[in-house]
Amino acid sequence: MSVVAAGVSKWAVRDVSFELPPGSVTAVVGANGSGKSTLLNVLAGHLPPESGHGAIAGRVAYVPQHKPMYKSFRVADVLAFGKHMNKTWDGERADEWLKRFKVPRKLQAEDLSGGQRTHLTLALALGARPDVLLLDEPLSELDPLARRKVMSELLTEVADRGMTLVYSTHVVAEVGGVADRLLLLSAGRLLLDGETDDLLEEHVLYTGPHASKSPVKGPVVQAKHGVSHSSYLVRSGGAAAGEPWTARFVTLEELVVAHLERAA
Amino acid sequence: MVEFHVDRGSGLPAYLQLGQQVREALRLGWLRPGDRLPTVRDVVATSGVNANTVLKAYRELELAGLVEARQGSGTFVKSSLGSATPEDLDPLRAKLAAWVAEARSAGLEDEDVYALLREVLSGGER
Repeated sequence: MSVVAAGVSKWAVRDVSFELPPGSVTAVVGANGSGKSTLLNVLAGHLPPESGHGAIAGRVAYVPQHKPMYKSFRVADVLAFGKHMNKTWDGERADEWLKRFKVPRKLQAEDLSGGQRTHLTLALALGARPDVLLLDEPLSELDPLARRKVMSELLTEVADRGMTLVYSTHVVAEVGGVADRLLLLSAGRLLLDGETDDLLEEHVLYTGPHASKSPVKGPVVQAKHGVSHSSYLVRSGGAAAGEPWTARFVTLEELVVAHLERAA
Repeated sequence: MVEFHVDRGSGLPAYLQLGQQVREALRLGWLRPGDRLPTVRDVVATSGVNANTVLKAYRELELAGLVEARQGSGTFVKSSLGSATPEDLDPLRAKLAAWVAEARSAGLEDEDVYALLREVLSGGER
């Protein structure tokens, strides 16, 4: 699919194609302005793609980054609104989520903290019983401990209900073990699309004597040369390099940064 | 019982980290044949990892012959790893704890300790 941003003659997202297996968790990663929100908007059906399609089968719930809300509504009103808007509303599920995070039902939306607003919008989205839940930077207003707690609870929802989760984040370090799949966007293009574990196992950093050529076969993602040594990050599939090269796996963060630097 | 922990700063895929922790628990006798591994849902709820990650870890352990999945009742430890008994391990652990305390007061950091341990284990070769 491709999308042109409104009022701009530049591609916001271009030639992006991927699948979302049911029950999977996908992290959409990229710098600000890389097209993450545009992509989620297309998946949510809020932006028509210029070409191709971004159709999702089943019920979709989408929580945008800025979490819009009627200020004069109390928490209970927001839930009542959710019930009114959704034929398939599951009030118990929404209530349970709010109880879990201790959000009082009497509070007014304008008095909610950033964290409480996050919990309320998630409760609203989950109450709609989505097959696919799309979250744009869902954890951005939470402290590190709350981020973990919310992600654990979301993953439990995924495990219990077979829900598919797609979320954007720029905290790559928190993606490991959480996302089955990683989509890396840069300037509206898809740099990486793969299983998180596979990406980690395919990329190896080789360090050895100064060399103008990679010691193994495979696409070189990054080459660095010092005075006496060179290092190559290669998508080698884990191939071994001969002496005196040493090899080590890289973290997801190193991997993403290397790909972004290569694309820049 | 094992409590899983995923180091997200590690280059090791999360499912391999979980597998490694089960293997360690087997070696240390925390897990014994017949013990049940935590359910996938429990691991998801307590460690914040994806259910597929846990399933992948359990499947890998099953392929290695260490655990077996029993239809409907969970995943159970099939065989142990290592030959040391708790009677052997306990005094060794106590001595090691005392040694580590000594190393810390001498200013050694964890990485220094690992490096030293590796050197001694490899018979002084580097």
